[in-house]
Amino acid sequence: MARMKFLCDADRCIECNACVTACKNEHEVPWGINRRRVVTINDGKPGERSVSMACMHCTDAPCQAVCPVNCFYTTADGVVLHSKDLCIGCGYCFYACPFGAPQYPKVGNFGSRGKMDKCTYCAGGPEADGSKEEYEKYGANRLAEGKLPLCAEMCSTKSLLAGDSDIIAQIYKERVSRRGYGSGAWGWQTAYRETIAS
Amino acid sequence: MLMLVARLRLLLGAVLLLTMLAVAPPASAQERNPDGSVNPTASSVKENQLLQELKRIQGRGTIPDTRSYTIEQPAGRDWRHFHEVTLRWIGAIAIVGVFVLLLLFYLIRGMVRIESGRSGRVLVRFSGFERLVHWMTATCFIILGISGLNITFGKPLLLPLIGPEAFTTWSLWAKYAHNYLSFPFTLGVVLIFLMWIAWNFPTRVDVNWLREGGGIVGHKHPAADRFNAGQKMVYWIVVLGGGAIAASGYVLMFPFYGTNVAEMQLAEIVHGVVAVLFVAAMLGHIYIGTLGMEGAFEAMWDGTVDMNWAKEHHSLWLEKEASQGKLTAPPAQGTMQAAE
Repeated sequence: MARMKFLCDADRCIECNACVTACKNEHEVPWGINRRRVVTINDGKPGERSVSMACMHCTDAPCQAVCPVNCFYTTADGVVLHSKDLCIGCGYCFYACPFGAPQYPKVGNFGSRGKMDKCTYCAGGPEADGSKEEYEKYGANRLAEGKLPLCAEMCSTKSLLAGDSDIIAQIYKERVSRRGYGSGAWGWQTAYRETIAS
Repeated sequence: MLMLVARLRLLLGAVLLLTMLAVAPPASAQERNPDGSVNPTASSVKENQLLQELKRIQGRGTIPDTRSYTIEQPAGRDWRHFHEVTLRWIGAIAIVGVFVLLLLFYLIRGMVRIESGRSGRVLVRFSGFERLVHWMTATCFIILGISGLNITFGKPLLLPLIGPEAFTTWSLWAKYAHNYLSFPFTLGVVLIFLMWIAWNFPTRVDVNWLREGGGIVGHKHPAADRFNAGQKMVYWIVVLGGGAIAASGYVLMFPFYGTNVAEMQLAEIVHGVVAVLFVAAMLGHIYIGTLGMEGAFEAMWDGTVDMNWAKEHHSLWLEKEASQGKLTAPPAQGTMQAAE
């Protein structure tokens, strides 16, 4: 089985936000929720870098560990998914998540956040693959159709990579050695406890 | 003369230009690799470097949700360890520990009896209002305690028994109860603080009471005013613990209103630790008010206590009350007292 991961090569990201738009469109993500977003560090200064960030589908995921009702599960591909039927909207996954991935449809006071929503790696949820229920709750299930997440698939500079860990790490490693620099595989140390030599 | 001025101006201009060049960083030196090719990362941010220097990596985004501008906060891993490991140990040791101690104490000491028996004369210990406030706070506390412990201990203990769907339904209702009952609970803590503060300052009597083990350890009956040192401790645990738990709880209930993710984690840590210690302390309070001491429960239930109970446990208070004529008349000979 593959171990699916995301890798954002910040030296290639041009902050076009197409990944954000593609995600919102593909999954009909409700207004106010962003499963993926682009953040620019040192914006406007020399050497600024933009990073496209979403759920990193961590190894031994913190959200899964802290969830008081155990609504998370990790698939055989290493994708971290959750059940909206079990989620009670307590917000703990947001406190534990190193990447700010969990999103809630409501403002959140009085314990009324609503069911948590996050990046599914285009892999849906616990419902039957490709079913109407799955689409309404979690969006499209591209993985079940043999396709990779849309954000990475349509990235114009191929900054955002998705796929098997070994393959995308190899691509990044080759890029770094060929061009001579790399600002790092953002989030890999935190999410997977590993770095790609750069 | 004109020539001299022009020369001076030229000289001054040249000096200024040189100064500016000297102060400005050598632009080309850093941005080239040793082989002369351009190095675009010379001044760029690097993830490793940022993570070593900062606790969180933040930037600027284009959506209104400013929380999303934080792209990495590895501290979430530490908070996870607190919530899943540390808090469970603190809670288990405190609550199970107190429970076991109370059980052992009960088996060894048994119920503290009214040694001189009941006199049949009673006096009012708690007014209707005091009892209302106590039971409102107590009821809220029990529900808040159970629904709160469910968040920390429900997953390992209850979920395997009732299954995920039932556990989610229960946890959702428990969460709503926890949030809304916080309001009467906080009101109760404030009222308790105000209505009993006058009797809860430590005095010299408390030192002697503590030295003699409160009469619980051993069979002495040290003097005490309306509240003894043990009750004063319960009072301050409720007031200070309740205050801390309410403050941290409202931060959690209104997330990110002026707080960031690190402060939300801190609020949860304070709330969790104070809560489990509070529950452990209240187990002791519940024990001594019910199983642990004869004649104690009726003080808070009916509002009255027997004169002999007061004599043994609150002698100074009894003297004051009796001098104001607040004791009921002794029962008439031959009539049965209703069981109190």
